[in-house]
Amino acid sequence: MYLNPQPQPAPTSPETAVATAEPATRTLSGAEATLHALLAEGVDTVFGYPGGAIIPIYDALYDFKEQLNHVLVRHEQGGIHAAQGYARSSGKVGVVFATSGPGATNLVTGLADALIDSTPLVCITGQVFAHLLGTDAFQETDIINITTPITKWNHQVTDASEIPEALAKAFYIARSGRPGPVLIDITKNAQMQKADFAPYQPCTHIRSYRPRPLVRQEYVAQAAALINQAKRPLVLWGQGVLLGKAEQEFKEFIEKSGIPAAWTILGAGALPTGHPLNVGMLGMHGNYGPNVLTNECDVLIAIGMRFDDRVTGRLDKYARQAQVIHLDIDPTEIDKNVKATVPVWGDCKETLPLLTGLVEARTYPEWRQRFQDHDAEEIAAVIQDELFPTSDELTMGEVIQQLNELTQGEAIIVTDVGQHQMVACRYAKLNQTRSNITSGGLGTMGFALPAAIGAKYGAPERTVVAVIGDGGIQMTIQELGTIMQTGVNVKILLLNNQFLGMVRQWQEMFHDRRYSFVDIASPDYVTVASGYSIAGRRVDSRPDLQAALREMLEHPGSFLLEVMVTRENNIFPMVPQGCGVGEIRLK
Amino acid sequence: MHQQSIDRREYNITAYTENQVGLLNRIAIIFSRRKINIESLNTSPSEVEGIHRFNIVVVETEEVVRKIARQIEKQVEILKVYFNPNEDVIWQEMALYKVPTDVIAERALVERLLREHGARAVVIRKDYTVFETTGHREETDKLLTVLQPYGLIEFVRSARIAIIKNSQGFHHQLREFERTEPSHEVSENDYLNSRDKVFTM
Repeated sequence: MYLNPQPQPAPTSPETAVATAEPATRTLSGAEATLHALLAEGVDTVFGYPGGAIIPIYDALYDFKEQLNHVLVRHEQGGIHAAQGYARSSGKVGVVFATSGPGATNLVTGLADALIDSTPLVCITGQVFAHLLGTDAFQETDIINITTPITKWNHQVTDASEIPEALAKAFYIARSGRPGPVLIDITKNAQMQKADFAPYQPCTHIRSYRPRPLVRQEYVAQAAALINQAKRPLVLWGQGVLLGKAEQEFKEFIEKSGIPAAWTILGAGALPTGHPLNVGMLGMHGNYGPNVLTNECDVLIAIGMRFDDRVTGRLDKYARQAQVIHLDIDPTEIDKNVKATVPVWGDCKETLPLLTGLVEARTYPEWRQRFQDHDAEEIAAVIQDELFPTSDELTMGEVIQQLNELTQGEAIIVTDVGQHQMVACRYAKLNQTRSNITSGGLGTMGFALPAAIGAKYGAPERTVVAVIGDGGIQMTIQELGTIMQTGVNVKILLLNNQFLGMVRQWQEMFHDRRYSFVDIASPDYVTVASGYSIAGRRVDSRPDLQAALREMLEHPGSFLLEVMVTRENNIFPMVPQGCGVGEIRLK
Repeated sequence: MHQQSIDRREYNITAYTENQVGLLNRIAIIFSRRKINIESLNTSPSEVEGIHRFNIVVVETEEVVRKIARQIEKQVEILKVYFNPNEDVIWQEMALYKVPTDVIAERALVERLLREHGARAVVIRKDYTVFETTGHREETDKLLTVLQPYGLIEFVRSARIAIIKNSQGFHHQLREFERTEPSHEVSENDYLNSRDKVFTM
C-alpha cells in the first residue's frame, strides 16, 4: 500500500489526516522512508559508496537488495559519473548515495558536469547529526553551500518527516523543465528517527517553479513565416532534442522542411549520422561545412542548444547576417549569447510539431550542394588521411572507423575528454539516439570509464564502448574495480598517444611547441586490467587492429583494448580560439 | 567597452521569493560569480503573506541586469524578478548618526544643521544623542559630511528599500503561479511576450 505511487489527496489538517489516511500511514525510519521514496519514483539502480553519516540508509538498503540494485563504486566521483551515464543512456534520473564530508565533496565535479550538461540526478548525501551542524564535527562539511552554484536545487533535511516531500521535489525538479542535478543532504538523526509516514505523494507542482511554459502560438507562426521565406536556412540542434525525447518530432520537422541540420556535441545521434540532411558537427573541431556556412545562411534555427563558445567561436563574427530562431525550454538561454529574432520558448516536443505543421515542404538542392562541396574539401584535406591513413602508425580516426564497421553504428559510444573525444564524436556512426555520452560543457577528464559503467546499467541490452585517452583513464582507473566486482560488461577502447594530446596540440600550435608537462607515462594497462580480472589486449599495428576490435566486442565480458596511436597527430578542422567560425582551419 | 561604462547606472532589482534557508546565498552567488558588486541588499516581507521580497541595488548596464534578473528568476524558489532604474521607483534609505550631546547643546549651528536636514532625535543621553534621517543616498550623505567636524561618533546607513511606481502588486501574479497549468495570463518569464519592455514596466 505504501509503495503505491498513485497520487492521493493530501491530508489538509491533523484531524482529517487521522480520519482518512490512518490505514495507510506507516511508522518507518527516515532511512526506510528514503528508500520507499526511491522505489515510488521508479528507481531501480543506485550508484554509491557508504560512510559514517549514511550508515542508516545503507542499513535499510540491506533489506531492499531485491528491489534496488546498488552499485558499489570505488570513488564518489566515479559514482556520480556512473549515474550521469545511466541517466544519459536511459533517459531516467540517476541516483547517487554518498556520505558526508569527503564523500559529499567528491561529488562536486560530477554535479558541475551534470548541471552544465543538463543531466537529471538526485544525489543523497549523509550529514552529521543536526545538533552537530556548524561545530566542525568529524566529516562535517557545508555541502549545501558548496554545491549551491552547481545544483539546480539543493536542500538539507534535519527531520525524518521532511524526507518524502524533499525527495518528491528533488525528483520533480531534476527531471522537469531543463533537467539538472539536485542534492538532498540528510542528517544522520533524520535517517535514524522514526516517524509516521502517509503514502508517498509525487510532486507535480511547485508554485515558484514553472518548468513547462505555455507555448506562444504567435512566435511559432513568426518562426514558420521566417523559415518559409528562407533561401539558405540552417538548423543547429543540441541535447534539448534528446532531453525532450523529441527525436521523432525533430526528424519530421527536418524531413518536411528539407533544411540541412548540424549538431552540437551533446546533440549527436538525435538524427542518425547517416541521415541525408545531417550535415555534421558544429564548433571548434566540428565539420567544415556547417561552420563556414553558419556565416552564410539567412535563417538560423537553433533547437535545444545554448550557443556555447566552443560552438560559436567569436560571437561578434558569428552568423551576423542571419535571422535567428531559437527554440529552448530555458528562457535564460534565449538572447544570452546570440540575440534571437524569434524566441520560441517551450519544450521542443510541443513546439516542433506546431512548427512542422506551419512550414512548407521544401528542398534546397543548391544550398545542400554547398555543404557537399565543403565536405569534399574536408575529406580531401583531413578525413581521408585520418580514416584511411597510409602512414605506418595507427590513427585514432581509423580505430573509430573500424569500430563503426563492426558495430554498424548500434553501440553506445562513451567518450572522455580530449583529442580522442573529438575524433570519436566526429567519426562515430550513430544510428540511434542516446548513443553518444560525453562530458561536453565541463570537459571532465576521467568521465568516460565510470559513465560507461552507468550507461550499461541504463541500457543493458546495448553494447557500450568507452573510448578513452591515456590521460583520462588514469584519472578514474579505480573504477576497474567496480567492473570487476559487478561484472558489468563494458568495452574499454583506450587510444594511447602517450601524450595529453589536446594540450600538446595547443602547445604545438600556439606555444612554439613548448611541450610543458604533457608527456604522461602510462602503466601496462593490460596488466592492470588483468589484475582486476578484466581481459585485455594491446595492438600497435594495422593488420591486428580489426581482429583486436572484434575480439573486444565478441568477448563475453568487459575487455580493455589498448591501441597505440601516432603520438603527434592534430585534430582538424579547428576554429582557433578568438576566431570566427568562418575562419575555421583545415590544417 | 567605452559604451558599456557610459551605460552603467543604478538598477533596483526586486525579487519575490519563497522564504527558504539558503536562498540568500543562491541569489548572492549569481552576482559574485560575475564579479558584480551588490551595492545594497534588503530582504523583507512583501505585500503577500508568506512571500519574501529582496531589494538589490547594482550599478550595471541594462543588458547585464536583464540577464541577471533572468538568472535569478530561474532559481526554483524565486517567483518573479523585476528591475528598474531609479526613476521608476520610490526609494528610501535610513541613516543613524551618533553625536556627542554637549556639542549639540553648546553649538546652535549644529542644531540648525540637523533641523535643516530633517533629522530626528531617536535617543538623547547625557553623553551622546542619536539622530535619524531617511531619504536618498545624497541626502543622508550630506548630513554625514556636515556632522563630521562636530565629533561624529558613529554612522550607519540601511539598505535601500524601493517600491515600483508602476506596479499592481503581487497578489494577482501569485494566483497565477498557484495554478498548476500555465495560462495565457502571463506571469512567468513574461519578458518573452514583450521582450525588452517587460522588466522596465
